[in-house]
Amino acid sequence: MNFLLLRRLRTRANRRWVKDKMFEFLCQLSVLLAVVILISLLWSVFSTGFGRVSSQFLTSFPSRIPQNAGVKAAILGSLWVVGITAVVAIPIGVAAAVYLEEYKIRDSKLTDFIQINISNLAGVPSIVYGLLGLELFVRLAGLGRSILAGSLTMTLLILPMVIIVSQEALKAVPRTIREASYGLGATRWQTIRYQVLPSALPGIMTGIILSLSRAIGESAPLITIGAVTYISSIPEGVNDRFTVLPIQIFDWSSRPQKGFQDAAAGAIVVLLAILLVMNSLAIILRARARR
Amino acid sequence: MPILSKPGSSRPIDGVPTRLRSEKFIRFLCFACAAISILTTLGIVLVLSTEAIAFFTKSKVTPAEFFLGTEWSPTFNDPKFGIVPLVCGTALITVGACVVAVPIGILTAIFLSEYAHPTVRKIAKPVLELLAGIPTVVYGYIALVYLTPGLRTFIKELEVFNALSGSIVVGIMILPLVSSLCEDAISAVPKGLREGGYGLGSTKLEVTSKIVLPSALSGIMAAVILAMSRAVGETMAVTLAAGQTPNVTADYRQSIQTMTSYIVQISKGDTPTGSIPFLTIFAVGATLFLITMGLNIVAIKIVRKYRKVYA
Repeated sequence: MNFLLLRRLRTRANRRWVKDKMFEFLCQLSVLLAVVILISLLWSVFSTGFGRVSSQFLTSFPSRIPQNAGVKAAILGSLWVVGITAVVAIPIGVAAAVYLEEYKIRDSKLTDFIQINISNLAGVPSIVYGLLGLELFVRLAGLGRSILAGSLTMTLLILPMVIIVSQEALKAVPRTIREASYGLGATRWQTIRYQVLPSALPGIMTGIILSLSRAIGESAPLITIGAVTYISSIPEGVNDRFTVLPIQIFDWSSRPQKGFQDAAAGAIVVLLAILLVMNSLAIILRARARR
Repeated sequence: MPILSKPGSSRPIDGVPTRLRSEKFIRFLCFACAAISILTTLGIVLVLSTEAIAFFTKSKVTPAEFFLGTEWSPTFNDPKFGIVPLVCGTALITVGACVVAVPIGILTAIFLSEYAHPTVRKIAKPVLELLAGIPTVVYGYIALVYLTPGLRTFIKELEVFNALSGSIVVGIMILPLVSSLCEDAISAVPKGLREGGYGLGSTKLEVTSKIVLPSALSGIMAAVILAMSRAVGETMAVTLAAGQTPNVTADYRQSIQTMTSYIVQISKGDTPTGSIPFLTIFAVGATLFLITMGLNIVAIKIVRKYRKVYA
């Protein structure tokens, strides 16, 4: 091969190699960017928020004076809403998943329709659920702007997610377990109750915890149904009015005073701490399920 | 389990008979729970349509005025009900968020599926999931308290509330969605196609850009559309960061209002139920619902089409 051609080939190969490396670097850079963004975001919030979290902050009601403001009502409100949402959403969601996975009739138009409908519902903006809850629970059912109305709205919001993750967990149960159970003469429900659900349980739990952490962080539908920001008493029942942590954060952030914005950072630290605990629980359960 | 199905029966093999009456009841209970999802959809459609119709009859605004009007001032003495400013605000945020999220998301997906060492993958994926798990109100706080003041040192004309910081945080928020869906699409491309490329002496960039990306294009498009739909429905971050000024503009430095933040604004105030401003949130909500639904349906159609190619 003559020398010039060889040289040209080599430079061309070089150029391709350089381009390839540059692209790889670009890809690495974009991932790094995501990580850096996450760390800097959390750092900026935590650096102002940590100093604000104290026992006084956790046990006080909101106040007009930023230094005295606390998140007691918001934490309790969040726990009430998530607790009732869990009580309502878990049985319904798991039962729906059992129907779609275990009782499905192949090529049934109805199950297909329900399935498509669920994935569509998962894409509906959360604030639209708020409008539904406002009309259905607050006005028609006459529940008012209560914890119960908020929880039921949240239930509708997270149900598609609970159903989808439970279905994934049920799908992961090997077919042989079901066949062995049928082979021993168990009925369908006995098979589901004693074989399928116990093996799918860790997966279902993981999914449910992740869905509930979405419910804890969500605030738009609750604002729509009329959760308030200024609550100076502990909610005592499901008919009481309420506020939740994200709404408290929203309210404090939108005020111009620096003191309230710092309080918002403090509330964010509390909210993220709750989410962190829930997510770690989910990760532990997932690890146990894999074993 | 062929034993369980009677010969010639049309019943599927996994249709183990439910003989007992109590079992039939349980089956019905499970069905009822699944049917709640259909009732939810029905409920959304009914609520939005009846209240939107109530709005049109009560305010005597024609749908043409509503969808084409360029002035939105429902609470003024001389109210104007043209939704274009709100749609424009939403579009600004959506486009801005996609400009941030789509390139980074696709590059991240390429890195994770084509370049990354398994250990790096193991670390990077949970970090992305964490980004997705942060509540949207936190992004709003960050945009308002850190991002906007930071950007104002570079861009002097930036208003306190502006579409720019709103778009950036919404972009960060939808980034994990884009990257994970794109990664799914990219890893669905058969290995043989890549190996063919490498066998011809291509570099990784050439294989990725000329073979993998074109093959995964429909999946990537679906991912982008789903991310857009998420950005359209995003509420708290844009309410905090982008302001409450209905505005027909393409200027990212200005304060705008999206459809979602309008609904929040009215819900927070003391608007009497049944009044015209109260009814507007349903008309706006119906528009929002139709837009996101349309985007989701297009995305699902694309995904279905592309599944057939490699199935």
